[in-house]
Amino acid sequence: MGSRFAFFFLFSSIAILSTPASSDLIISKLDRRIDLTSHIVRVASTLKVENAGPAVVSEVLLTIPNYQAKNLAYLLASSYEGKGKTKGPTISLPVEVVHPKGMPLDLTTYSISLSKGLEKGESLTLDVFAAFSHSLQPFPEEITQADIQLVLFQDSAFYLSPYQVTAQSLSVRLPSARVESYTKLQNTKLVESEIKYGPYENLPPFSYNSIVVHFENNRPFAVAHELVREIEISHWGSVQINEHYNLIHGGARNKGGFSRIEYQGRPNIRGASSFRRLVARLPPRAHSVYYRDEIGNISTSSLWGDSRQTELEIEPRFPMFGGWKTSFTIGYGLPLQDFLFESEGKRFLNISFGCPIDEVVVDNLFVKASNLTQVVLPEGSKEISVSVPFSTKQWQEIKHSHLDIVGRPVVVLQKTKVVPEHNLHFQVYYKFNNLALLQEPLMLIFGFFIFFVACIVYMHTDMSISKSSASYLAKLQWDEVQATVQQVLSIINRCLTVHDKLEASLHDLSRNGDVQACKAVRKAADALFKEYAKELKPLLGFLQSSPQAAHVWPKVDELVAKEKEMQERSMLKHSSVVECYEKKSGGRDVENRVASHQAKLTALRHEVDDLLEVIDEI
Amino acid sequence: MGGKHESANGLKAPISTPTPPAHVSLRPDFFPNLKSLKLKTKQQELLLRVTTLCLVYLLAFIIRLFSVLRYESMIHEFDPYFNYRTTLFLTRHGFYEFWNWFDSESWYPLGRIIGGTLYPGLMVTAAFLYWVLRFLRFAVNIKDVCVLTAPFFASNTTLVAYFFGKEIWDSGCRHRRGRPHRHLPWVHLAVGRRVAVNTGSLAWALGSAFGYFYMVSAWGGYVFIINLVPLYVLVLLITGRYSMRLYVAYCTMYVLGMLLAMQIRFVGFQHVQSGEHMAAMGVFFLMQVFYFLDWVKHLLSDTKLFQDFLRITVTCAVSVGGLALGVGMASGFISPWTGRFYSLLDPTYAKDHIPIIASVSEHQPTAWSSFMFDYHILLFLFPAGLYFCFKRLSDATIFIVMYGLTSLYFAGVMVRLILVATPAVCLISAIAVSATVKNLTTLVRTKSKVIHTGSSKGTASAKTSAKASLDQSLPFQRNGAIALLVGAFYLLSRYATHCTWVTSEAYSSPSIVLAARGAHGGRVIFDDYREAYFWLRQNTPPDAKVMSWWDYGYQITAMGNRTVIVDNNTWNNTHIATVGRAMSSYEDEAYEIMHSLDVDYVLVVFGGVTGYSSDDINKFLWMVRIGGGVFPVIKEPDYLVNGEFRVDKGAAPKMLNCLMYKLCYYRFGELTTEYGKPPGYDRARGVEIGNKDVKLEYLEEAFTTSNWIVRIYKVKPPSNRW
Repeated sequence: MGSRFAFFFLFSSIAILSTPASSDLIISKLDRRIDLTSHIVRVASTLKVENAGPAVVSEVLLTIPNYQAKNLAYLLASSYEGKGKTKGPTISLPVEVVHPKGMPLDLTTYSISLSKGLEKGESLTLDVFAAFSHSLQPFPEEITQADIQLVLFQDSAFYLSPYQVTAQSLSVRLPSARVESYTKLQNTKLVESEIKYGPYENLPPFSYNSIVVHFENNRPFAVAHELVREIEISHWGSVQINEHYNLIHGGARNKGGFSRIEYQGRPNIRGASSFRRLVARLPPRAHSVYYRDEIGNISTSSLWGDSRQTELEIEPRFPMFGGWKTSFTIGYGLPLQDFLFESEGKRFLNISFGCPIDEVVVDNLFVKASNLTQVVLPEGSKEISVSVPFSTKQWQEIKHSHLDIVGRPVVVLQKTKVVPEHNLHFQVYYKFNNLALLQEPLMLIFGFFIFFVACIVYMHTDMSISKSSASYLAKLQWDEVQATVQQVLSIINRCLTVHDKLEASLHDLSRNGDVQACKAVRKAADALFKEYAKELKPLLGFLQSSPQAAHVWPKVDELVAKEKEMQERSMLKHSSVVECYEKKSGGRDVENRVASHQAKLTALRHEVDDLLEVIDEI
Repeated sequence: MGGKHESANGLKAPISTPTPPAHVSLRPDFFPNLKSLKLKTKQQELLLRVTTLCLVYLLAFIIRLFSVLRYESMIHEFDPYFNYRTTLFLTRHGFYEFWNWFDSESWYPLGRIIGGTLYPGLMVTAAFLYWVLRFLRFAVNIKDVCVLTAPFFASNTTLVAYFFGKEIWDSGCRHRRGRPHRHLPWVHLAVGRRVAVNTGSLAWALGSAFGYFYMVSAWGGYVFIINLVPLYVLVLLITGRYSMRLYVAYCTMYVLGMLLAMQIRFVGFQHVQSGEHMAAMGVFFLMQVFYFLDWVKHLLSDTKLFQDFLRITVTCAVSVGGLALGVGMASGFISPWTGRFYSLLDPTYAKDHIPIIASVSEHQPTAWSSFMFDYHILLFLFPAGLYFCFKRLSDATIFIVMYGLTSLYFAGVMVRLILVATPAVCLISAIAVSATVKNLTTLVRTKSKVIHTGSSKGTASAKTSAKASLDQSLPFQRNGAIALLVGAFYLLSRYATHCTWVTSEAYSSPSIVLAARGAHGGRVIFDDYREAYFWLRQNTPPDAKVMSWWDYGYQITAMGNRTVIVDNNTWNNTHIATVGRAMSSYEDEAYEIMHSLDVDYVLVVFGGVTGYSSDDINKFLWMVRIGGGVFPVIKEPDYLVNGEFRVDKGAAPKMLNCLMYKLCYYRFGELTTEYGKPPGYDRARGVEIGNKDVKLEYLEEAFTTSNWIVRIYKVKPPSNRW
């Protein structure tokens, strides 16, 4: 601390000695509001700038001391046309770092380019908004679990400017009314949780008057050391976002251990400086949300959703005390049509840059020391370009995911010191052929096709090395025998069908007495039997001669013989029944004559069935 | 006591192939319609077989996914965290780095040579699968590969078991079972071995040698195989079943398997030097003698001469072998049996001599109830299967019988070995079921045919009726057969249900995430372990040394990424005893020990708030015993009152003031755990604690998880002297 104060005194003396570069401008009225309610310091200033000199002025300089400038995360200057109540549209003005001559080295100078030059005597109102991270210094730096967290904030009571400031005031908003100490100057008053300095009038350029506020701030000092957001576009209908957080409690470090019994008894008192939940506001229709870390799923999270947003409340595995670290990953899918659009033959992704964990709702502030946003485009994207509303470091990478051959192009954007104000939309433009969508399914189909073809080929090719070995030949012969036996069986089965037809014809005969039809059936059956016999002959010949079929042959032979006998019997029966009908003999007579045939037939049929089964099992 | 509990469950999925359609030829009227659709009977059978196998494969895979689906894709147990961590290392750094890995994160300050002290099979398999999938452009996560390797191999095991069964029985062995278990190569080997003997083929013997190599690379239980196989060969020799096939198979397998196994650095020269492997070697030489004798017998036609020769040779061989063994043992070249091996042969050995082996719950003798629980009807089918095996005795069935009987014995000695016995029990029971069902179906089939023909024709022929009357010699035979069949299928389906239930209830609850039912029926998850490990990982210095009981060592290194003093690889008993001594000493003495071990944090597991019973207080007596086994300062009776272990007011004073007690119950006396009970009521043991005013002098509470299950203390630096 001490060194810094010394530095200020030194610095003020330099400031007074040096001559301002352009003193033609006068800040006639300045109103500065510093918001210290979270751990991001937000300074909003309204400046009324008057041109007192003769020349037209087109830029306004802002000076910020280096110790603050290194923590500057966000700077936005805007002006509006018109006066008083009838404000015109706000125009944001470009801001850049300049190094004018004669400016003290301890200051960083930013130049705001005005949209049109300021003529002599004209005035303009500027709004300057700046956000600083890591500007609140915990003091004491180590506290116990039960202590509250006190922080220091330093700034100047006077607006540090290269111009003369005619009238100015400063108000500092604190999170609570509990203030340890603050620098008391003239015109200082503390009203509830707000400290007011000023008004001060007619101060020369580079006036500096250090003030220090020491106050209680128990708001979560959530700092993400590193956040990697991975946005992956799939043209199959979803945008998948994975965010890897490396989170630390950036406030006063915890000392003296952590007592669970005290924490669980009175978490708000015995753990005032800690925080245990964060809320992420995700876009509406977010789905497949997950929350995990390196060692698995974290079960303490909950999700609500309505048409405007999805709210994800997550709890780290343990309450976060000062200096404690944790890391986790959240991921979610978003519908493609909400974020991907098409214009001029190009597609573009329009999605927010910052992290979705929101301070406003949860009072959790979230600063990314280093934000790495990766946009993973589909494989085959071309002509990639990015447009971001602020400066980032950019490069491209290649990522291999499922079924990728050349890999997917990745656009990487890196930004340090990110505050929620950076939560703006950015665009990634690229060209993509719709046909490329089919590449991966086709690859899969082709892969499976090849696999099955390989299987078929394997089944149908002969892999044995020695084609002349005995066992191999025997196997071939056995296969042949089996095939033949199968053929024989199928012929026998067909014969059996013919038998059934004959039987059916007799049945018909007994019903309608149509002898002619019955005879016709018989004729057909005769022909069929002959044909089958002809077919059987070579097969049986083969079986008989083949040594492999030695143990099958007797059975097959028996089967064929039985079947033949059956044919004869069947024919006999058939002819006798027909004869009876032709002679018009009585039903009983027919029965008597047929009975013996019938019995024999049934027995034969049974035997044939048995044989069929036996052969089948060989 | 040690929280290890592997999923040693015997699971089977009985899916019975319906008997090949017997009625096709009896139904000529349907025949033409079905003709186009009908496959040949062989094809039908093949289709049914393949479908059934596919279903069984799927089932075996799915049944292992209970915990993954109910919780998440993560490793749930204690020991596999080591495998996970090493697999991770293997995939990141490659095989050579892995092989030469010196791990300084465990066994501080000794460290552990990982490459030389592990069975790399599982890790290499998982990493291989991972690389293959990566090559095929599937961007998989190594963790998921590790998680799903187990179900994948469970399915493979089922297939292998089926083919094994088929090989030893016949192709009609219709019941296959899914027997999920982690250490799969068992059956791979067994099959190779079996097939080798059946066919006498060099190729199969080679295959079994590689199977053996894989087994050795995966699990220390290979010792069982290397003893079982010689035993089997010996039995074959004694029963006069020696054959050329046996000689080829055994010698190939032994020589090749031994050479291959020596490539595993952890096994090294044990094959020729350690007592456990001597049986295999002895049988190998015996085989040579047998072969030699056979050859001599072939040359000598004189029987008498041969008898004399035989006597001389056998005496010489036995005495030379015995002498070599004696000299080897005496000179220390051949190491004696290890404690684990002894404790298998004599269940009481470990209790008296090596408390560290006895302290593991997996190493306890199996209770009867757990046999019933795991095997269900297999317990009854097993003897039946043995009967069928003996009825049809062959080389193959002898093997399965021996495998079944020996492994069953070991399963009785140690709980974890149930998983070794399971495949054998399953197979033998399958044989029983298969044989029974086959007999019954033949009965039912013949009868139904007779009746069918009889009724369709109305007039039964003399022959048929004669046959029928013959069958009717046993009254109600057919009905009886049908009833028995139905009964068998009912039992089998009950068994399938039981197995699914057992897997779901008993073997799928992770020990890393605990779940309970809340007051409103909702599920409450106690994720305290990971809370603590993640806290260690994030909020302690990267070089911090954590002292805990060894059960949590692997997890702390894998999930907490911090150095531990001891872990689940219990290779150094003294080191563990030192930790046990620290835990059971007074705080100031313990501080000296911890200081000498450079300990920064002490982690204890405490279930007093949640009623979680496998916590450190319940394991405490083992710490005392193990500590006392090396350091006689620690005496078990000091911690007991009348031989009873208590933590309430009546506890021994040393107990109430030892480090473990203090760490577990620090500030516990202020907490009301249960409504209507005094503060400091320990729910795990159901008593009010005896020392509510615990003061810590040398340690401070660093972190306690939300349900108090894990408590971490920081060891304070030594105080300044001035």
